[in-house]
Amino acid sequence: MLRKGFAFAALGLALLAGPALAATTNEEPSNVHWSFEGPFGKFDKEQLQRGYKVYREVCSACHSMNLMYFRNLGQKGGPFYDPKYPNPNNNPVVKSLAHDITVKDIDTDTGDVISRPAIPADKFPAPFANEYAARASNGGSLPPDLSVMAKAREGGPAYIYSLLSGFKAPPAGLTLQAGKYYDPYFAGDLTGSWHGAASKVPEGGAISMPPPLTDGKVTFDDGHANRIKDEAYDVSAFLAWAAEPKMEERKAFGLGAMIYLLIFSGLLYASYKKIWKNVAH
Amino acid sequence: MSGHSTYEPKTGLERWLDSRLPIIRFANDTIVTFPTPKNLNYWWTFGGVLSLMLGLQIVTGIILAMHYVPHVDYAFNSIQRIKRDVNYGWLIQGMHANGASMFFLAVYIHMFRNLYYGSYKAPREVLWILGCVIYLLMMATAFFGYVLPWGQMSFHGAVVITNLIGALPIIGPSITTWLWGGFAVDDPTLNRFFSLHYLLPFMIAGVVALHVWALHVPGNNNPTGVNVKSKEDTVPFHPYYTVKDGFAISVFLIMYAVFVFYLPDALGDAANYIQANPLQTPQHIVPEWYLLPFYAILRAVPNKLMGVLLMFGAIGTLFVLPWLDTSKVRSMRYRPTMRLYYFIFILACLVLGYCGAHAPDDMVIPGVAGPQFLDANLNSIVWLSRIAALFYFVYFWVITPLMGLTETPLPEPESISTPVLSHPASAPAGATASPEKRG
Repeated sequence: MLRKGFAFAALGLALLAGPALAATTNEEPSNVHWSFEGPFGKFDKEQLQRGYKVYREVCSACHSMNLMYFRNLGQKGGPFYDPKYPNPNNNPVVKSLAHDITVKDIDTDTGDVISRPAIPADKFPAPFANEYAARASNGGSLPPDLSVMAKAREGGPAYIYSLLSGFKAPPAGLTLQAGKYYDPYFAGDLTGSWHGAASKVPEGGAISMPPPLTDGKVTFDDGHANRIKDEAYDVSAFLAWAAEPKMEERKAFGLGAMIYLLIFSGLLYASYKKIWKNVAH
Repeated sequence: MSGHSTYEPKTGLERWLDSRLPIIRFANDTIVTFPTPKNLNYWWTFGGVLSLMLGLQIVTGIILAMHYVPHVDYAFNSIQRIKRDVNYGWLIQGMHANGASMFFLAVYIHMFRNLYYGSYKAPREVLWILGCVIYLLMMATAFFGYVLPWGQMSFHGAVVITNLIGALPIIGPSITTWLWGGFAVDDPTLNRFFSLHYLLPFMIAGVVALHVWALHVPGNNNPTGVNVKSKEDTVPFHPYYTVKDGFAISVFLIMYAVFVFYLPDALGDAANYIQANPLQTPQHIVPEWYLLPFYAILRAVPNKLMGVLLMFGAIGTLFVLPWLDTSKVRSMRYRPTMRLYYFIFILACLVLGYCGAHAPDDMVIPGVAGPQFLDANLNSIVWLSRIAALFYFVYFWVITPLMGLTETPLPEPESISTPVLSHPASAPAGATASPEKRG
């Protein structure tokens, strides 16, 4: 029935002849709470530091973050911001984090491609040279860039958290292709892989990413608990920060703007009442 | 401009300028002494809000254009670069993106106010038509602007809308090719959309100038719909309406600021944070909220050309409205039956907006398997949008002309001041004699 509806939409809309549209389902992301919720919420710096470690040690093996520079880690509001170093390029922690990573460059004397340790001004290097290499190494699937992932999915960081910590063994009756994994939070249509009752197709989808996190996979420098849920929670917070590094600045500016506008409105209302005092209207 | 200038140049320089280019006289007559009905309510403040929004969109847009790169490979990242690395880029971009929504919110309130108080009726038909032209230009500008971030919704929205124009017979395919600058939505499309997105706001500003000119000839309508009869009915625009509009604008800005600072992505689509990929169509292609009612009308018809014609017809209808309305009474305050239809009309517009946001086959009442009727289930968004779209057209083409001929309106007040003076809580006697002199 849904397919027919979409066919109807395609007719009425004159959509381009794209791939067949299928109905997808997924479980609602878990209701998790974040330090950065609400009009006064701020990022938890230590959580962001742990999240960066999870990204660096786990996610970055397959996922690029093309919009991120090492200097971002030390900018105001970033995980390693230090007021002593207003220019993050001077921040020794950021320098050393960058130094741990090797990036490609061009030797300006010879024109040869060389490898060198990164500096804060460098971009996070991408794990694969191009899309074809990425697909070839991942069974044909492309690991998406994570720079704005926390804004590119309904539910944002809660979705990422749920997805990362929500992998399950496929229920009886669900046969997935090799290289596919079951996650109820991943939007998909499992009808084709389902052998049970047609009305009981499990929610969720088959994702090409193997479950990336395990209990204890990342050891946090601050000794924080590192079950799957902790790792997923911290890396989701890190991705939320990376998707909008200026969020704290936005909220702080907003507070000033709101106070200003409220006072200004009050003054204008008082002026309005005064000016119109003697006019019947 | 309306031929009753009271400006008197005070200095030698002003006299000199006044006999050469009477620009100070013009400004004075337009925004200082302009006689304005004294009974305008807050629904009349949205003209001021809209002027401010146009100004803000142009200023923020000019700054964004300094940093934006109109190229399919760089456009998406250049927006992110603005938000991350340009000083206050997050603020400028957030104001511009949310400003479009605020602009449309204000224009819809402005238009619904106009419909309620019959402001489009003689002698303000040209004023109304110019407003419709501005609205059309706004929709085009918003559409071009939405394509520029080159996200998934930008790209596929552009594909859908440009294909619609291709449905027009004979000229359609040529216009589509011309819009694309090729044979598909691609880099040339993005470049010309950027160029047009920069051009159209200045055309809007030009039509706004005509709109204000056309306003200042007959003057403002007012909530009673009764013509201004004497000087007692009016107050000078400044300070009375500069302060009232100023207050309303400030309150509007508070709401705008809530979105910019606390809900910057609430009105957008998550899919537009994914870079455009022509090979991957999003599951639901939905326009921004302010175009949803027209999208619903488009999808209500199974025939593509008919859908396109009806969608444009929905806007075209507005242009001829002054001649569809046969009523001699402007304000719906005195048209109780018509007022009822008016509120159903607003409901129909909201329902159309709701339908536009959902897939045509979605159930309206969940869990109720309605009967199949013709090509779709009765309990589906398609049928709901058909009913609402039908009412949209019936309201303008049947109800509006018929009601004017058949209804019995309530008695109108003799003048703007009459209902005010008879109001029990009115100001002290004599207060209205010449308020403009009291300051």
